[in-house]
Amino acid sequence: MPTVEVNHIVKSYADKVAVNDLSFSVAQGEIFGLIGPNGAGKTTTIRMMIDIIKPDSGDVTILGEKLSEASKNKLGYMPEERGLYKKLRVIDTIVYLASLKGMDRHSAEGKADELLNQTGMLPHKRKKIEELSRGMGQIIQFIVTIIHDPQLIILDEPFADLDPVNTELLKSMLVVLRNQGKTIILSTHRMNQVEELCDRILMINDGRSVLYGDLTEIKSRYRSTSVILDFEGDLGKVPGVTEKRVHKGHVELVLDGNTTPQQVLEQLISRGILINRFEVATPSLNEIFLKVVGQNHE
Amino acid sequence: MNRTLLIFRHEFLHTIKRTGFIIITLIVPVIGLLAIEGLQLVSGTVKPTAEITTIGYVDESGGFQQYTNRGNIMFVRFDTPDDATKALVRGDIKEYFVIPSDYDSTGVINRYILEKQLAAPPATTTAIKNFISSNLLAGRVPPATIDLIEAPLNLVTTRLTETGAVATEQSGYGNFIVPGVFSVLLVLSIIFSSTYLLQGLGEEKENHLIEILLSSVSARQLLTGKVLGIGAAGLAQVVVWVISTPLLLSLASSTFSGFTSTIQLPPNFLLLAVVYFILGYSLFAVISAGIGAISSNSREGQQLIGIFTIPLLIPLWFMSLQMLFPNNLIWVVFTIFPLSAPVEVILRLGASDIPAWELATSIAVLGLSIIGILLLTIKVFRTYLLMYRKRPKFGEIIRSLRNG
Repeated sequence: MPTVEVNHIVKSYADKVAVNDLSFSVAQGEIFGLIGPNGAGKTTTIRMMIDIIKPDSGDVTILGEKLSEASKNKLGYMPEERGLYKKLRVIDTIVYLASLKGMDRHSAEGKADELLNQTGMLPHKRKKIEELSRGMGQIIQFIVTIIHDPQLIILDEPFADLDPVNTELLKSMLVVLRNQGKTIILSTHRMNQVEELCDRILMINDGRSVLYGDLTEIKSRYRSTSVILDFEGDLGKVPGVTEKRVHKGHVELVLDGNTTPQQVLEQLISRGILINRFEVATPSLNEIFLKVVGQNHE
Repeated sequence: MNRTLLIFRHEFLHTIKRTGFIIITLIVPVIGLLAIEGLQLVSGTVKPTAEITTIGYVDESGGFQQYTNRGNIMFVRFDTPDDATKALVRGDIKEYFVIPSDYDSTGVINRYILEKQLAAPPATTTAIKNFISSNLLAGRVPPATIDLIEAPLNLVTTRLTETGAVATEQSGYGNFIVPGVFSVLLVLSIIFSSTYLLQGLGEEKENHLIEILLSSVSARQLLTGKVLGIGAAGLAQVVVWVISTPLLLSLASSTFSGFTSTIQLPPNFLLLAVVYFILGYSLFAVISAGIGAISSNSREGQQLIGIFTIPLLIPLWFMSLQMLFPNNLIWVVFTIFPLSAPVEVILRLGASDIPAWELATSIAVLGLSIIGILLLTIKVFRTYLLMYRKRPKFGEIIRSLRNG
């Protein structure tokens, strides 16, 4: 049973269709990337998933059922723009929001201490939220998101305000949570983090799905017909190569449609060229993103 | 614990710990205390003193020689206005008046003073009036009659029931004191509570905390918990003010002795006060929640709610007219109009009887208004609470209400 099942959801506002017939599922224990340009419909999709807004049509099931008061306890959500009660102390904020997720005060305090300690925030436990830096506030919000041990964790741009140290801390915590069997949905437009963390992705643009599936499979699908070569000696003309693009430290050889990278490698070796690096050029997710979004805009 | 109850508890505790709430709760009785102290101070200065005030007069009419000693005011006769003016300038007399030769036909007396005055002080007016009337009546009526004429009118009013028996509740300003004070407290409490609700929603909307809350609870639970929690804090505030009232009245009794003993509560006052506080607060709370949802920030929301609080204040502005003309049709309209009803009913209870049908209609209209606005608020709450930095146009709100 998938943790999240979204079927043909549509959401329109007065002047535009924000989400248009979107379907996808998220399996248990995976980190799922929800990506797309600004205004693509990511946040609207998340809001429909967690029942903050209702879709015009289509349905969403979380852990096999429609979201209810009881099942809301099984999800943790961190919205894109963050804020907490400025005048409230850190511990009171965590305990109150945890209590709305069904935790009793005693357990919430115990778990809060544990997470504050894990994130290095324990010394700030008694401070008011307004006394914290933006990044610290974000860590507190992450603690609020996971304190009740949710089965599904939805994070909208979770690394936006974090410094490199806290970014690595958060990443490692996400990996630990995934390894514990939690399902994590990561909505972001930072492609390097998606590549680093996500197992599968859904790319949406103008409210529609434009790419969906296993990240490795998608990358191989968009693999170009060129190879990266770092060599010593005279390359000369290579059969099957239609274009040579010189970059700093390497050359990109664009192959014709009939020649494989293996054949090019064999040719280079047979000609005695000293090869330091040879790899099939794989596009980054960022390149795929730009390509797909660009196609959609054309 | 029930989530609505959790929100209720959080909002209640969060509100009563606010510095602004604590200041307002304490400052209202302090202002009352200062007002009483101020009255004591002012009344102390106008109390009759043992010092004799000398007032000059010029008798051009003739026959005004007796009764020159009127308590602490001494009348000194001058032959001419010039003599009197010189004495006034020298400071021998405080003021003087001239009884002209044609006084019998005109009744006009000319008064001359040095200091700027809006009108002659009542004590001076009474003393001059009694001096004139005493001299005019001397020898014509018995002295006892003169005393009766000069004494202030002592009108003792007794209210009877329809059967002719003496009514248990008598009329008088004493009836108006508690409803008057309570209606002011009611207005203050409703305005402050609505402001807290708007500020809270504004804060949660501005910092997007509302999304986290709505991912944990339903819009209905959030709205109910907030309205009840802040309402309970408002009620607690009123309780503090009401508890402090007897203390203030006991302090006031030294100044207004006799008057405080006339204070009495209109029948059913306590019951109706509680009912109208709850209904009045609920109405303004649901309006505030709706405004909080559509406003782009809490400041804009407070400006909008200001429009709705005007009808609540109108009965207070016309309080003196209500005391004079308690049965005018306009007060019936204010009794039934939901935005003015909570204050109007409380005020009218002190001034006159309110027919049962008016009370029933008023409560029914208030109840229906609360339910109606609540339903509309819930409709816009989810949609516009998530709309940041932009206030929807009026047409958009109407469209979303139609579409549900």
